[in-house]
Amino acid sequence: MKKEQDISELERKFQEKIDQDIKIEPKDWMPDNYRKTLIRQISQHAHSEVVGMLPEGNWITRAPNLRRKAVLLAKVQDEAGHGLYLYSATETLGADREDCIDDLHSGKAKYSSIFNYPTLTWADMGAVGWLVDGAAIMNQVPLCRCSYGPYARAMVKVCKEESFHQRQGYEIMMALAAGSVEQKEMAQDALNRFWWPSLMMFGPPDEDSKHTKQSMDWRIKRHSNDELRQMMVDITVPQAEAIGLTIPDADLKWNEEKGGYDYGEIDWDEFWNVVKGNGPCNKDRIDTRRKAKENGAWVREAANAHAEKRKARKLRRAS
Amino acid sequence: MNSLFEYLIRLGDDSLILGHRLSEWCGHGPVLEEDIAMTNISLDLIGQTTSIFEYAGKVEGKGRSEDDIAFLRYQKDYKNLLLVERPNGDFGVTMMRQFLFDAFRKPLFERLVNASDAQLSAIAAKSLKETIYHLRHSSEWIIRLGDGTEESHQRIQDALDELWKYTAEMFVEDEVDESLLADGILPSMKGLKEEWMATVNSVLEQATLTIPTNNWEQHGGRNGKHSEHLGFILTELQYMQRAYPGMEW
Repeated sequence: MKKEQDISELERKFQEKIDQDIKIEPKDWMPDNYRKTLIRQISQHAHSEVVGMLPEGNWITRAPNLRRKAVLLAKVQDEAGHGLYLYSATETLGADREDCIDDLHSGKAKYSSIFNYPTLTWADMGAVGWLVDGAAIMNQVPLCRCSYGPYARAMVKVCKEESFHQRQGYEIMMALAAGSVEQKEMAQDALNRFWWPSLMMFGPPDEDSKHTKQSMDWRIKRHSNDELRQMMVDITVPQAEAIGLTIPDADLKWNEEKGGYDYGEIDWDEFWNVVKGNGPCNKDRIDTRRKAKENGAWVREAANAHAEKRKARKLRRAS
Repeated sequence: MNSLFEYLIRLGDDSLILGHRLSEWCGHGPVLEEDIAMTNISLDLIGQTTSIFEYAGKVEGKGRSEDDIAFLRYQKDYKNLLLVERPNGDFGVTMMRQFLFDAFRKPLFERLVNASDAQLSAIAAKSLKETIYHLRHSSEWIIRLGDGTEESHQRIQDALDELWKYTAEMFVEDEVDESLLADGILPSMKGLKEEWMATVNSVLEQATLTIPTNNWEQHGGRNGKHSEHLGFILTELQYMQRAYPGMEW
């Protein structure tokens, strides 16, 4: 009984800190569920960065000129860096990077569903940067103020790079939209394919989102899924108009009263299907990651064995 | 033939094609740290390609841009070493290819820094800084893999055996080099091969690896006689430029 009282006292103090916007640090006491929620969210975020390298990596060897190739390489490299950064953040919570990765490969852990869509043309590099990184920024900027210190600090660095990614994506689209008929068509086609999946990136509607309320109380999350989605639409529609592309939504219209756009219904069946593994690339993405891990096993074993040998030699020399 | 142009094409094609090969690894590396490292090296190589071809275009004086040169030539006009177009194979093959190349590139750029041609010297100075890191990275992996497990030792020895015959081509000096030397544009390359050999010997010794006894030399790339692999590299590399000719991206 006493123990339970202790815990509720700890929880009370924990929530007090959160309410005062004092950051929670790795060695601070935290409720088990807070820890679990963060590990789930941060590792999911890390997985998204790493799986997200694949659809863009798909176009590096085919980039249309040297400058675009270099920028794309730099972007994908940033994503690997973000993945590393975020796996490290999960380790501050007591998780193990390899376990997290195994959960991804077994299907237990999720990653952003957007990466289960294929990148079919060069314009998709534009659409992914503009819309997918755009949506990611929308999600991540508030995370810079997340209650968990290491995650919040990681997000500050990540967001700076994401905003460069978003700009390079939009710049690709601008160049295409100002180009030939084929290029314009390519850009519009990419927007058509990525628009709705990008809006789905904010997660299910608020009334169906099982994690939102608790996460908001814990200040892991600061805005609801629907609020973020509305922000995304409001920011992106004028950007599309500015370069003469059409948002593929017949119901889209400005709502003077709410000061934002009304938009058409999202196909949530499609969303849940992709989440469940029925997207166009789910299996390919995970197979690729699994194969990378399997093919690299001998390399990691060798690195460990060599490190052990060096340690042993050093000890022998010292004695 | 413009010897300086030809020399720049050889130099740039080595960077371009190896950069392309490394970029194929993106997302498939054995650990995330290596995805970052290989992408980074690829990025350096593509950067080198850009400045080398930009200059090559000026030297040629026909108004070709760096992209025209990188993307719009036929296979026989690419002059890279056969070594750099070798397929990635496993991580061991990729690292061995990288090491043999880096160990050559470092003393090469050290010499080119002293080229009387200011532009070439500046390109070499920047590239040298990058190459020192590349060589350190690849050397460390050769040692780890050679002196790691039994399996890794065998794999990296196999990689060395496979690639050894392509190394001699790095040191061939033909009329292009000779005319640039004679005109005082290129500095002397004296001792280049010996320096390369010393690096190779030192690293292979630490890695407990053995240089193959078969001394067969496979040449061809420098004269545009490539392996079957280059055609497929170019198919991807040139895809957009060929499918959508003359467009700005």
